[in-house]
Amino acid sequence: MLGKTANGLFWMYRYLERAENISRLVETGQRIALTRLGSSDEEWESVLQTAGVAAGFHAAHDSLAKDTAIDWMLRAKENPSSVLTSIMAARQNARLVRTALTHEVWEATNATYMTACTALARKVSERDLPQTLRTVRQQTALVRGATHGTMLRNDIYDFARIGTFLERADNTARILDVKYYVLLPSVMAVGSSIDNVQWETILRSVSARGGFRMEYGDSIDPRDIAQFLILDKRMPRSLAFCIGKLRDNLGYLASNYGTRPQSWALVDHIERGYLSFDIDAVLDYGLHEYIQKVLSLLSELGAQIEIDYRFYE
Amino acid sequence: MDHDPMPMRLFIRHTTRYTFDTPASHGLQQLRKTPKSTHHQQVLHWRTDVQGGRREVAFEDHHNNVVELISFEREAEGIVIVSEGEVEVGDNHGIVGRHIGPAPLWLYRRATDRTRAGAGCRALIREVAGETELDRLHALREVIARAITFEIGASLSDWSAEDALAAGRGVCQDHTHVFLACAREMGFPARYVSGYLMLDDRVEQDAAHAWAEAHVDGLGWVGFDVSNGISPDMRYVRVATGLDYGEAAPVTGLTIGGGGERLSVQIEVAQQ
Amino acid sequence: MARRGTKRDFGMDLSTWSGSNRAMSGTVNETGNFDEMWGRDGALRAPYERFQSWFDGEDPKNLRAKQREAEELFRLTGITFNVYGRAEAEERLIPFDIIPRIISGREWQRLSRGIEQRVRAINAFLHDIYHRQEIIRAGRIPQEMIARNDAFLPQMIGVAPPGGIYTHIVGIDLVRTNDDDFFVLEDNARTPSGVSYMLENRETMLQMFPELFSRNRVQPVQNYPRMLRQSLAACAPSGSGGRPCVAVLTPGIYNSAYFEHAFLADQMGVELVEGHDLRVVDGRVAMRTTRGYKPIDVLYRRVDDDFLDALNFNPDSALGVPGIMDVYRAGGITIANAPGTGIADDKAIYSYMPEIVEFYTGERPILKNVPTWRCSEPEALTYVLDHLDELVVKEVHGSGGYGMLIGPAASKKELAAFRRKLRARPGHYIAQPTLSLSTVPIFTNKGLAPRHVDLRPFVLVSPEGINITPGGLTRVALKKGSLVVNSSQGGGTKDTWVLED
Repeated sequence: MLGKTANGLFWMYRYLERAENISRLVETGQRIALTRLGSSDEEWESVLQTAGVAAGFHAAHDSLAKDTAIDWMLRAKENPSSVLTSIMAARQNARLVRTALTHEVWEATNATYMTACTALARKVSERDLPQTLRTVRQQTALVRGATHGTMLRNDIYDFARIGTFLERADNTARILDVKYYVLLPSVMAVGSSIDNVQWETILRSVSARGGFRMEYGDSIDPRDIAQFLILDKRMPRSLAFCIGKLRDNLGYLASNYGTRPQSWALVDHIERGYLSFDIDAVLDYGLHEYIQKVLSLLSELGAQIEIDYRFYE
Repeated sequence: MDHDPMPMRLFIRHTTRYTFDTPASHGLQQLRKTPKSTHHQQVLHWRTDVQGGRREVAFEDHHNNVVELISFEREAEGIVIVSEGEVEVGDNHGIVGRHIGPAPLWLYRRATDRTRAGAGCRALIREVAGETELDRLHALREVIARAITFEIGASLSDWSAEDALAAGRGVCQDHTHVFLACAREMGFPARYVSGYLMLDDRVEQDAAHAWAEAHVDGLGWVGFDVSNGISPDMRYVRVATGLDYGEAAPVTGLTIGGGGERLSVQIEVAQQ
Repeated sequence: MARRGTKRDFGMDLSTWSGSNRAMSGTVNETGNFDEMWGRDGALRAPYERFQSWFDGEDPKNLRAKQREAEELFRLTGITFNVYGRAEAEERLIPFDIIPRIISGREWQRLSRGIEQRVRAINAFLHDIYHRQEIIRAGRIPQEMIARNDAFLPQMIGVAPPGGIYTHIVGIDLVRTNDDDFFVLEDNARTPSGVSYMLENRETMLQMFPELFSRNRVQPVQNYPRMLRQSLAACAPSGSGGRPCVAVLTPGIYNSAYFEHAFLADQMGVELVEGHDLRVVDGRVAMRTTRGYKPIDVLYRRVDDDFLDALNFNPDSALGVPGIMDVYRAGGITIANAPGTGIADDKAIYSYMPEIVEFYTGERPILKNVPTWRCSEPEALTYVLDHLDELVVKEVHGSGGYGMLIGPAASKKELAAFRRKLRARPGHYIAQPTLSLSTVPIFTNKGLAPRHVDLRPFVLVSPEGINITPGGLTRVALKKGSLVVNSSQGGGTKDTWVLED
């Protein structure tokens, strides 16, 4: 496979994942805004931060308001991580690697793009927002379904998965990075109702409310949330799950190619060194420091994969 | 000048050294540094060594030059290309002989960007007089030598014939380009020759040399060295030919990435 | 792009498809025009008999729905072309007409004999022109036609392409004026495009009207990609081994014909590469894979000569592979089509094609050239000046098309202005008569209606022989009376059937 193709697959799936994550964050922000009394636009600041698009937003806007924040995240062409630009980038990468995709995957991706272009052609009204977000997520789910159902389990698939899980791990880690303070044990002592909202925000941001309730019932303990989102290998957006998948797919590549490149050693190191302990060890390490460390390791891993598989040279 | 009637045996060593300030990611050098045996020059032995690069392919181009392609990688801090050998040269009074090809003779009537005749060249041509074609070409050589003073470092390597005429200064490359532009404008097929000249008073030469050849009916290709005011003799070794410098240059390079590069050239030509 | 006779890719950028500038050699006398379904007198022609009985039994409403369905299919599959000079967003569909153009097996046989003869002659001409130039020595083509031609590539002099093939893929543009009269409008010997539309049009028709294919025995086109791959592999340099590595070189996703490049690579099961994927390694051109560099034996390039090699040609080009010409000249790779083939499809050379065919095949040309007056010749110039209002005058070089005149459509003032141009620079122009071009039916809201068409059959050449896919790409001027088959000026495409007799 061409190094360029591996790169294109990696980014195609990263961007699809990103589109889905961003739309989930918008939905969460909207939900909080509607259910919380006396809510201010402050909450949108933290949503923008979680999405990693706050700096760009402030460069383009003088003040923060709900509708501009939503529009920035959904449609802004100047925002390289808006839902629309992510979908466009995913499709552009899909065109680049079209010979590596099945017909079904290409058509699903193209349909996602055509749907998004129509649904996000103009500003989305508050009333249409839930339906629009649902459409986006349904479309990306179709691409994922076609990927699972029709693609050979070869290196093409591995790079697609690596892109997906690197983006997802990054997304979950960023959510934790922005909100880590509400998960600190000391917060428990405070026990205010505001924190309940914050916790719910976190769980919603990763579609984990139902899963969490299934495991832990109705009582919310920040320590359990941290455990669930960081270390629970059954939770498909947890760091442990994503990094486990990265390790699997890098492992398939390594055995398929008969090599043990540095990226393999690095993911192995991340898993053993940071995801094989219990949550107390993480809290001892310092939750914030821990998340920061994982984020930097993830970015190092991405860079190493680029080198090992000759994405650019 | 009084020439030895016996062929002259010349020893040549041509060293080209590139030093990169910051490593390039990848680069190629096209070499035209191998002289060929023709009826008045006999290559006794010749070799080109490359350090810091790899020889990729070799072929003969449409001017019948031996071309070698050299590549170098990111790790390279510099390249050293050394060509050396011995050539036996007989005197032919500048006459190289009939056209062999593979390019058809008409190709050498084509102007290139560097040898396009403009107002400057046409003005020179008006000064040219002579009975025979050969006379007129010698007259052209003299007219150009008067119009452009030989001055090392006066010109840039990408100057065209008209650029050099406008400046009134230049080196052998510029003299040759102007000669080609004018000769072609006058209807002669003409070509650029890069090679070596042994200056009598020294072993270390300042630079590789260049001169022109024009095709005269009945004689074939005839050499004209504007810079030295003569037709080539036994001290001249022909290495490569082309429509202009770009096609006959000893080294043509292309670098991807990387910063500046420094070039140093050392040429020794000595009689054995 | 002031280039060595640059021809745009199928790109649908008008310059390739006739268009106002190239037009199908003129205007047409609408009355007494030859229609491929109804002839001249309204009697149904044999190839259309079964189609006609099917069509009569169809409800136009259903057909209209089918027409829309076809468009949705094309859009979803992404069979689009990019509009030049715009980064993205501007992706357009080429309109597709659901009525097939039908050619009988007998008609096709004769056509394909003519095409084969012409393609053989083009290859022999290219070999000769880059070697001994016997045709010039024999005085059949004036030396200056080559010497002054920008499409002549000196770097190809003396080069022996692997397998002796110059034009691995050729598209011959044809127009029809009568039952048996086909004229060659243009030879495309560089990188002819449009073959993906030929294949997708057929695919679409098979999906939408399977019953039509059970009623008619239509010669298949689907194995073109397999033939292409075989044909390219057969041209690999000696020593490439049993299964040569083939790749398609594209300028990238913003190129107007990117869809076709990806389509062909996909259908052939080979890599689609860009210049930055390639590099000279160990004396070969190699592509960067996830496991290191892998040498390529045959490169089907969809990049123009001038952009192919920044070391040897245009130094500003980032689309090609620096040093590929060195590897090529050393025999390390096959470039398809070979560099320098543009000299064979140059407009100035076109007028010599009858002489070229005769010189290299020793036979009379089977396919006709549109008669062409070379205004550089004094007698021809006199004739052209006297009959300017009947002729189409074209520029010899350049694809600009600004210097074109369609005599019958021109005003007195335009004619006078053009007379001055012709007298000033006769060597820049050729003139051709206007032809009465055939029509075929398209599907409109009012039922079938005749429209003008051309045809581009696709030809593969290898040491193993010449392969012509039955049919080709039919381009149709969708506007009534129009001769412009160009997609952005109301042109579309059709499925083209060659029947099994």
